[in-house]
Amino acid sequence: MGALKLEPNIVRPDDFYDALIALHRGLTPEQSAKVNAKLVLLLANHVGNMEVLKQALDAAREPDQG
Amino acid sequence: MIIVGAGPVGLAMALDWARRGREVLVLAAGDSLSEGSRAICFAKRTLEICDRLGCGAPVVDKGVSWNVGKVFRDERMLYEFNLLPEPGHERPAFVNLQQTTLEHFQLEALARTGADLRRNNRVTGVVQIRDRVALTIQCPDGEYTLSCDWLIACDGAGSPVRKMLGLKSEGQVFQDRFLIADVKMHGAAAATFRTERWFWFDPPFHRNQSVLLHKQADDVWRIDFQLGWQADPDEEKKPERVIQRIQAMLGKGVEFSLEWVSVYTFQCRRMERFVHGRVIFAGDAAHQVSPFGARGANSGIQDADNLGWKLDLILRGLAPVELLESYNAERVEAADENILNSTRSTDFITPKSDVSRTFRDATLELAAQYPFARKLVNSGRLSVPTRYADSPLNTADAEAWAPGTPGPGSPATDAPVLAGGKPGWLLRHLRGEFTVAVFAAGGEVPTELADALRYLGSLPIVVRTVFVTREGSRRTRPTHGCATLTAWLLRAMRRTARQSTCSVRTSTLPRGGGDCPRPGWGRRCAARAGPKLPSPQ
Repeated sequence: MGALKLEPNIVRPDDFYDALIALHRGLTPEQSAKVNAKLVLLLANHVGNMEVLKQALDAAREPDQG
Repeated sequence: MIIVGAGPVGLAMALDWARRGREVLVLAAGDSLSEGSRAICFAKRTLEICDRLGCGAPVVDKGVSWNVGKVFRDERMLYEFNLLPEPGHERPAFVNLQQTTLEHFQLEALARTGADLRRNNRVTGVVQIRDRVALTIQCPDGEYTLSCDWLIACDGAGSPVRKMLGLKSEGQVFQDRFLIADVKMHGAAAATFRTERWFWFDPPFHRNQSVLLHKQADDVWRIDFQLGWQADPDEEKKPERVIQRIQAMLGKGVEFSLEWVSVYTFQCRRMERFVHGRVIFAGDAAHQVSPFGARGANSGIQDADNLGWKLDLILRGLAPVELLESYNAERVEAADENILNSTRSTDFITPKSDVSRTFRDATLELAAQYPFARKLVNSGRLSVPTRYADSPLNTADAEAWAPGTPGPGSPATDAPVLAGGKPGWLLRHLRGEFTVAVFAAGGEVPTELADALRYLGSLPIVVRTVFVTREGSRRTRPTHGCATLTAWLLRAMRRTARQSTCSVRTSTLPRGGGDCPRPGWGRRCAARAGPKLPSPQ
């Protein structure tokens, strides 16, 4: 049993976003895509809960129409 | 002592000194107020400083307060937010007001002092000779020279004084151009557009760029169009072209007139040091930020606030020249924080790589539905005063600050108080001198604290004491209250220098605020903590 957190949960969101963009600095698009894939896998492993992961997968794929 | 520049920073500096009873000379190259809106958003800290300088009320009265912001992408609104005013503070988080109007109020306040403001007086030469600064000045009647002990350069981003001294301000140039227009709405249009901040990413009327709409005083709206680096500034400034853009945005039939237009690029940069011998830099001359987050004028006015009392003590022989190092350290720290914040906003608004754009767009798409992503959307972060966590003026405390309390080097926060039975605000009682705020819930002050206050009274620097009790207050919230006795030492600029065990947010009753035994504090270095104040539990 688990619910995907959709309320703000990152203590310093600007620091995170900055680090995320900095992670990609100097990478080719292919390298960036691979880094992103690794990042997803790392975070997914951290989450662990398939129920939560499934909700995240659905939310990410949702068409932009909110 | 001479101030170069009569923008918001130079004028704040002049007001600060005039109210300290000093002779003030301001040299301004131009012949009038600045034109158009330029800086438009003045944050709470600036308003509190304006209160101290005698021009807070007109700025707040004339300024436009807003709480609601809306973020759009393409044709639809992604979300809206409401920055509810913080309860228990006299001043709002910010007001929108054209820079020129702020300057007008500052000048009105300055006119009530004996300050000498010389317009059309352009500094054409600066030389430092030992402890003097020699100036050559060009005025309509010819050239003349002046010399002074201290020169404060508030002469803007292009600072001629900085250039004449061969000093640099270095950082990042952003390859982008923005068109800003002040638009006056007429008739029904004025009522149509609300007092809100609207920000568009990639709107249909201005593809692939961002647009900001913000209300100012007198039914004037400020519109910022991102143009991209390739845009031709002269072409973009032509009124017919600007009007076309605005019509596309507002829709046909909206009646408006164009008050002012400008095209700008920006940089995020600062000088390595703000103090160079007897020349001190403040405002854009010392540091420049992108406009997102309203950190230019706000931080410059805080520079002036930081510098005024320090230089005053030095000139009175009550502090060594080294005190200025704390101006340098604190305002460099603030500049770095502002540059960081405004660079991040700029990077979000104008992504610098494909992957950065992908994350930006993904964030915006998620933000339409999910609150967490809205925290990542960055179209400018509200300017709040820097906490000087590592200031050389901070000294160790006898005991740890309680969780939730501001900590040393923090700006003092406001609170509703009763004084002499009349409702008022705590910050009004922390007027700009050194102040010990004694929070004594029951009103009793133990002997050792009384002794410490008496000791402070024997020192040459004037320190006021304000007693804050809970007695008689109807709005006391015990959870924020001062359950234990605490004393805060507040620097001349209303920052906590040390010691607290409770929050100032409680409703409180200052008693005898003002002229308690004229304690003084710290001879060797004015703002270092002197004796430890006992703080019995």
